Amino acid sequence: MGKIERRETLLGELERAQGLEQLQSAILDLRDHFRVDHMVYHWVSSDGEQFGCGTYSDAWVQRYVDQDYLRVDPVIIGCYQRFHPVDWKRLDWSSKAARAFQAEAISHGVGNQGFSVPIRGPVGQFALFTVSHTCDDEEWARFTEANRRDLILFAHGFNERALELAPGRTPEQSRALSPREIDAMTLVAMGYSRAQVAETLSISEHTLRVYIESARSKLGALNTTHAVARALSRGLIVV
Amino acid sequence: MLRFIYGDEIDRFPKLKRSMFLDRADQFKTRLGWDVTVDPTGEERDAYDEMNPLYVLWEKPDGTHGGSMRLLPTTGPCMVNDHFLDLTNGVRITSPFVWECTRFCLARDCEPKTAAALMLGGGEVMAGFGVEHYVGVFDARMVRIYRMIGASPEIIGAQGEGRDRISVGLWGFCEAARRTVAERAGIAPETSRMWFERAFGGECRQTLAQTA
Repeated sequence: MGKIERRETLLGELERAQGLEQLQSAILDLRDHFRVDHMVYHWVSSDGEQFGCGTYSDAWVQRYVDQDYLRVDPVIIGCYQRFHPVDWKRLDWSSKAARAFQAEAISHGVGNQGFSVPIRGPVGQFALFTVSHTCDDEEWARFTEANRRDLILFAHGFNERALELAPGRTPEQSRALSPREIDAMTLVAMGYSRAQVAETLSISEHTLRVYIESARSKLGALNTTHAVARALSRGLIVV
Repeated sequence: MLRFIYGDEIDRFPKLKRSMFLDRADQFKTRLGWDVTVDPTGEERDAYDEMNPLYVLWEKPDGTHGGSMRLLPTTGPCMVNDHFLDLTNGVRITSPFVWECTRFCLARDCEPKTAAALMLGGGEVMAGFGVEHYVGVFDARMVRIYRMIGASPEIIGAQGEGRDRISVGLWGFCEAARRTVAERAGIAPETSRMWFERAFGGECRQTLAQTA
């Protein structure tokens, strides 16, 4: 199976997850696929409720909670209420407490490298998706450069799922496709070129690209082809 | 110089902060007559300033505001999706790769290169954070300014006439446009990259490398 197909499958697995247990199994598969030491997704609702899934050892998670490391962890401090992805090297590890925390994290196998994607949800909810690994700077730079886009995509995949599984969720409004997006996806599915679709809809190709990207995001798809397949299989578009 | 500052850090730059919100009042209320709220101290701000946006600012040599814009992710609450759906053909634009850019503001007495410098800063954010498009809300005057600096957006929709005209448009990232904008700004791309790196911990990285 090719890399892209595998990632489509993994996104599918994520999207079908019906509870925390299946989110956990999705994150294990995803960690193995990206060949990193760890992957973690952590969600904080606007009223402070938390849950998450991930591959850190139970001992480290317990230690983290017991020591209230949320208050020390430079990843949390640097990402909370932000929305740009960040390499851990760019965070502030200069305090004594942060350095001690880092040494302990490494001793628990977290890894010396990390990349985190903070996420802002539709109702002010905050989430953080992280990959961490043990390797040198050059290898890590190559990894993050090659995978940044897909990691951001999976981060948001987890978030969509978490939002849907969260109690009191108001259904679907944010993910419904608008008529214009449905038009665009239908024409793409019919095999029209982007130029033809844009002309048919009397919009620029640039605008079309953004409409397709927006539809892709709402469908939780990896790329345009995958988005078309999903829209077709859900009956959102008919060709 | 260019600064990249989240809302929750801007108090560390009191002069810059005060002059930005004053300049925004001057641009959006006094000059454009938009229906915006100006507080008793003369500052224009709205609900989106409370959502910890990322500001890209041009700081003048005296530490005051020369120009700025405000960035927010389209996955969270943002202006285009909350207020301007009628200008995007009803499409709620939501993607981690599309950020919103609003409140593009230039101080009355700013240097002519300021707008281009801000666009250059916007390009740094795109390259640095994997953002592929901005969707922006802007006024008629900005359409001309964007054209002049070689960074015209694609306009999706507009409402109103004359100076009241408000448009929603899109920018993509393009290396050629980046070079044009850098030239108009009179700033080497290496310099704007350095400002960006400095704002987002690039120096920490160097220190680590030296101690490793």
